[in-house]
Amino acid sequence: MANNINKPSLNDDRYAPLLSPWRAKAKLSLVFFIILFFLWYSSRTTGVDFGDLIMGFTNMGQIIDKLFPINMDVLAPAFDRLIETIHMAIIASTFSTIIVIPVSLLAANNITHNWFVYNATRLIMNILRTIPDVVLAVIFVGIFGTGPIGGIVALFIFSLGILAKLISETVEAIDMQPIEAMRASGANTIQSIAYGVMPQVAPQFTSFALYVFEINIRASVVIGLVGAGGIGQLLMSQFSFNNYGAVMTIILVIFVVVVIIEYISTKIREAII
Amino acid sequence: MTYEQPPKKHVPTQKKVKRISIATVILAMYIWTFMSIDIEWKEAFNRFASNYNVVVPQLFSPNWARAGEVIEKMVETVFIAYVGSLAAAILAVPLGFLSAINMTNSRILSTIGKWVLSAVRAFPEIILAIMFVVVVGPNPFAGILAIAIGSTGMLGKLYAEVLESIDMNVVEAMQANGANKIQIMFHGIIPQVIPEFLSYAIYRFEIDVRASTILGYVGAGGIGTMIFFAYSNRNWSDMGMILLVIIVVVTLIDYGSTYIRKRIV
Repeated sequence: MANNINKPSLNDDRYAPLLSPWRAKAKLSLVFFIILFFLWYSSRTTGVDFGDLIMGFTNMGQIIDKLFPINMDVLAPAFDRLIETIHMAIIASTFSTIIVIPVSLLAANNITHNWFVYNATRLIMNILRTIPDVVLAVIFVGIFGTGPIGGIVALFIFSLGILAKLISETVEAIDMQPIEAMRASGANTIQSIAYGVMPQVAPQFTSFALYVFEINIRASVVIGLVGAGGIGQLLMSQFSFNNYGAVMTIILVIFVVVVIIEYISTKIREAII
Repeated sequence: MTYEQPPKKHVPTQKKVKRISIATVILAMYIWTFMSIDIEWKEAFNRFASNYNVVVPQLFSPNWARAGEVIEKMVETVFIAYVGSLAAAILAVPLGFLSAINMTNSRILSTIGKWVLSAVRAFPEIILAIMFVVVVGPNPFAGILAIAIGSTGMLGKLYAEVLESIDMNVVEAMQANGANKIQIMFHGIIPQVIPEFLSYAIYRFEIDVRASTILGYVGAGGIGTMIFFAYSNRNWSDMGMILLVIIVVVTLIDYGSTYIRKRIV
């Protein structure tokens, strides 16, 4: 009988209660000791020293003295750069959400039946996702020179990788019956995607697009550090002049903006799904 | 024979107004963006034309002579991520319990916990790294602290969500049988949450490996230091080697962690 196949039975060793608890205990202790060993080994090689941390906090006191009072003069340029950061994030998220539509369809195994195309797209997207955002920024700043355009291209590639994974997984989880029905009544591929797939993924699609916008705001702060425009660039230049009051102002501005955008985007996403 | 279109769905005016205003806001946002962003397209294009042949072919011909050094730094990066995420996995437990409303039974405490966690999450790791480099000096330990604090924000939030979704009947039954708080904790709550806690911690380790590759850029140890030097010297074949090692190691760790997480949950 078909419905018996997945039922666990006690004869199956995996589902039987362990008769010898010491075996489970031994296994867990072994895992525990392996984790501890790695912890000890990697702490040794990376030079973890809590003495440094405690010593450092006296340092921190001095730094905090430097960080305050915050320098309000930098507020106007910080605001300009912040607008630039937001623009970069908007442009990059828009282009990546447009490009991701065909890419995610190619990377979904219920839409793309060609084994080679499916695996090739997935492989490329997986490789894109492994490259850290700053490395992408470094490469594109190297190509385009300093300024927002390198940053936009870097953010675009970075968010394309994330979106392709999220959306192709959503597409793989849709109900295939409407599409089969449409195919049977003579719809072509484009029609069945436009009327069968898109309405099913639209809410998640919008929600992921907002999520990527949120990530891009945060990432554009980071990639600015390597000269890719935006508020990060201002932060890095003030940091290299040891202008700590200005650094603190910029950090506070970033903090406030990230919190506000996260709040808005969470509210919109809650309303959509 | 003529076909009639099916009747159109009636859309209330309020909804229409809402849709039009949303569309206007989005359109205005795009106009604002493209009007005011300051990009010198021509110059960027010229730079692209002149730099493309310098950068891209070299990226794809990695400098194998530095492979040993790069791998050594990458191992250090993985260690930073390991210690950092392990510390975060432990630090996030009390914060997760504090933020879960069914554990504290107090709206105030759980709101405070959630605020603390989202405040921590608002700082990008690299900014935390800059702060800790100032505190403990430019070494891998600064990177570990940055990763530990940065990951606590996300793990704490995920832990709180797991705790809020547990089966409270078990806890109630234990209370009714006279179990004390510690007994409830160890026999009622922890067995329910441990697989998901572990799974999230391993998932976070995956993200931390990626995040810690860049920490060295501000001096916090790991492969980022090499990225910094390769970039300042415009040494793109070194950069190609670094990229290759990062891609291979991150992919291997992703596969390993997905395998372990499937076994756990």
